[in-house]
Amino acid sequence: MSLEAAGFWGLALVLLASSLAVVLSRNLFHSVLYLALALVATAGVFLLLQAEFLAAVQILLYAGGVITIVVFAIVVTERLVGERLTQTNRGMVTGGLVSVTVLIPIVIFVTRAKLPRTAPPLVGDLTQAIGRELLTRFVLPFELLAVLFLAALLGAIFFARKEE
Amino acid sequence: MGLEPYLILAASVFTIGLFGVLTRRNAIGILLGIELMLNAVNVNLVAFARYAADPAGLVFTLFTISITVAEVAVGLAIVILMFRVRRTVEADHLDLLKG
Repeated sequence: MSLEAAGFWGLALVLLASSLAVVLSRNLFHSVLYLALALVATAGVFLLLQAEFLAAVQILLYAGGVITIVVFAIVVTERLVGERLTQTNRGMVTGGLVSVTVLIPIVIFVTRAKLPRTAPPLVGDLTQAIGRELLTRFVLPFELLAVLFLAALLGAIFFARKEE
Repeated sequence: MGLEPYLILAASVFTIGLFGVLTRRNAIGILLGIELMLNAVNVNLVAFARYAADPAGLVFTLFTISITVAEVAVGLAIVILMFRVRRTVEADHLDLLKG
């Protein structure tokens, strides 16, 4: 087994196990910590796919930013309600059935499709290519993203402000 | 290694996230499920970008990551507001619009 395959199966195992723990854990706080593990494992998958820049962004924004916001929200809401945030699931059978019904056609489709067996060799610096594409071909969505961030910022402040 | 294992891994994580969204009672738990689903999509995008040798997929991933961060910030602000007004996190109890 090649090094890439060994790394992939190791990461896949961690990713799947932590994802299952996110949706099944009783304690909401544990769920968030497992989500952090899943996000770091995903960054590992990005590294395997030679997207180092995206792995760094994934860890900084997702595992750093999102997890911090969620933990903050849990701490704030827990103090507001004054009880432990235990959580339960409902409709496990129905939810499982729906999920499996979504998964099976995708797996059948993927296994039947003609997919490349080997990755083409990398040409040049991928990070450089991302930067060039971002400011040439995708410059309009890039600028729109700034507007979206402004809207999200204002929206979050509006929702979280104190009532007069 | 081929593209197939990456796609199947992403599909599995996506359906696990879907399961979380469908079954969680807690509003923050539902948001965590959505995070998993978006994350699975990112794996797909990066894998396709690598095997098609096109950086467009990587740029899309950058966009989805940023948009997700904005989505989480606003979503959690709404959850905190919901707590203040209704004193509950349970999605089942938020049935004000139910006829």
